[in-house]
Amino acid sequence: MIKLFSLKQQKKDETSTGGKRKATAAQLRLTKDMNDLQLPKTCITKFPDPDDLLNFKLIISPDEGYYRGGRFSFSFKVGLNYPHEAPKVKCETMVYHPNIDLEGNVCLNILREDWKPVLTINAVIYGIQYLFLEPNPEDPLNKEAAEVLSTNKRQFEQNVNRSMRGGYVGNVYFEKCLIK
Amino acid sequence: MEVDQPNEQSDASKWSGRWNHIKKVLERPSPFAHPDFEASSEILEFMQENCKLLVIGAGGLGCELLKDLTLNGFRHIHVIDMDIIDLSNLNRQFLFRQSDINKPKANVAAEFINKRVKGAQVVPHFCKIQDYDSAFYKQFHIVVCGLDSIIARRWINGMLISLLEYDDDGNLDQSSIIPLVDGGTEGFKGNARVILPGMTACIDCTLDLYPPQVTFPMCTVAHTPRQPEHCIEYVRMFGWEKEKPFGDIPIDGDNPEHITWICHAACKRADEYGIQGVTYRLTQGVIKRIIPAVASTNAVIAAACSTEIFKLATSCALPLNNYMVFNDVDGVYTYTFEAEKNDTCIACSQKPRNLTFAPKTLLRELIDHLCEDSTLQMKRPGITTTINGKNHTLYMKSIPSIEEATRPNLSKSLADLGLTDGQELIVADVTTPNAIVFRLKITESETKS
Ligand SMILES: [Zn+2]
Repeated sequence: MIKLFSLKQQKKDETSTGGKRKATAAQLRLTKDMNDLQLPKTCITKFPDPDDLLNFKLIISPDEGYYRGGRFSFSFKVGLNYPHEAPKVKCETMVYHPNIDLEGNVCLNILREDWKPVLTINAVIYGIQYLFLEPNPEDPLNKEAAEVLSTNKRQFEQNVNRSMRGGYVGNVYFEKCLIK
Repeated sequence: MEVDQPNEQSDASKWSGRWNHIKKVLERPSPFAHPDFEASSEILEFMQENCKLLVIGAGGLGCELLKDLTLNGFRHIHVIDMDIIDLSNLNRQFLFRQSDINKPKANVAAEFINKRVKGAQVVPHFCKIQDYDSAFYKQFHIVVCGLDSIIARRWINGMLISLLEYDDDGNLDQSSIIPLVDGGTEGFKGNARVILPGMTACIDCTLDLYPPQVTFPMCTVAHTPRQPEHCIEYVRMFGWEKEKPFGDIPIDGDNPEHITWICHAACKRADEYGIQGVTYRLTQGVIKRIIPAVASTNAVIAAACSTEIFKLATSCALPLNNYMVFNDVDGVYTYTFEAEKNDTCIACSQKPRNLTFAPKTLLRELIDHLCEDSTLQMKRPGITTTINGKNHTLYMKSIPSIEEATRPNLSKSLADLGLTDGQELIVADVTTPNAIVFRLKITESETKS
């Protein structure tokens, strides 16, 4: 055990040295997360400001499954409390999907109740990609889409295709998001 | 024994016996004292004249701390808080009166204490802790936190770790340690802990002790609500953005109009699902994530923290090792344990390593060094830094859009990139489990590592 202070020890009031302010734990962790990103070939990231690792976009272009040929954009906002709190993710492309609602909210357990600080941005990206390969009718955010998926897979496929080509599913209009 | 007679003499120095209780501890040897403790009258003098404390937060814990510390004999105390006084604070934040509502907590608390406790010289700072840099924090002997924010705790934790100094052999200079005493309360539960940055478990080492805020599964909130909280959460997550009742602004938990709107919308949803119990108070609680504060818990935790500060400042007893839990939900339960330092903690596990270069060295050459140096042998390092509080990405190969944007930096010199002597670089690479902090030493002499 150390004895901390010798008597009369005076701390210095230093004038500011400025500029050398130390990095936060979030910045350390994010630098690591970003440098370690290993994306599947269907995913790319876009950073509008390369100095700002907290805000970026993920673009997924699935090459298999119901959503093959589509192009879906997600915004990521990483808070200063990362990795204690999960990043906030929104889907910016309107999509007919049981686990993504029409406002872009994404139902992915690791983004909310199952988030743990050991998880990484990479894990979240894989989780989102997985939603496009295996949409899950058990955890619906878009209840109608989930019902169609669990009762009539062929109809679901047709609905997805129609939405991606640009058009109405029911009374909801979807912008085209197919890429040639 | 002489009895204190505070009413007869107003001058504290003539109030004989004022410090008798403290002197009994500081001027006599004790089996509980630190091995290096030497009883003397100079210790009280140190407390009163030299020892400089920082209290972060002037809320429930902060009011108690300022009172405890000044009555204990500490005089030079700074207090920092960005909040103003609200009516709902007055039941437990006893330094504030009705007429103080809407005034800064730090200022009112300091003024009250300075008037009430003879000799106290509390200096208020009405701002965020992030508004000050290391030069400010360096001046304190001990920092004590009474905060409800994990972000702020982690920030000050990181700040105190960054003030540690190491010699060329990597040995910690103990005079650079500023102990952090941290108190926290939640309803009838509380904790107090002592952190010796660089030596014992820090806030980040034990982040799992601070459970993440309760989040409800999104699908439950969206489709199968069962509790009134689910209905409020639904409005917070979906209704607000959809209807934008006050325009395109975020929810302000302190704005009664916002809470009222959310409360009504949540009631409507609760009715649809036959759920009872949505109230204004509950709505505010869910939106602000409030757990009601209990005055007695604050008093106990602040007392524990003040005692630890007294022990650290005087060495009259060994400090808490290192985490105390208190719970009086049902009877009183308390125990202490030693939170363990995490060897891979991103905040405190690494000492900054030095990298020495000339100012005209190119960033490309610095990266080559990271890859070629036999003790580093990195593969594809990504480098960020913080200049004047703003983050910069110097180079990162793994993300194509960033690689492209930062590629021109490779052929710039360190000087042109604004990197000066003492600047810290954060380097991440697949070869290490965490990002590594390097401290740049910029000299005109030849490059060495
Ligand atoms: Zn640590």
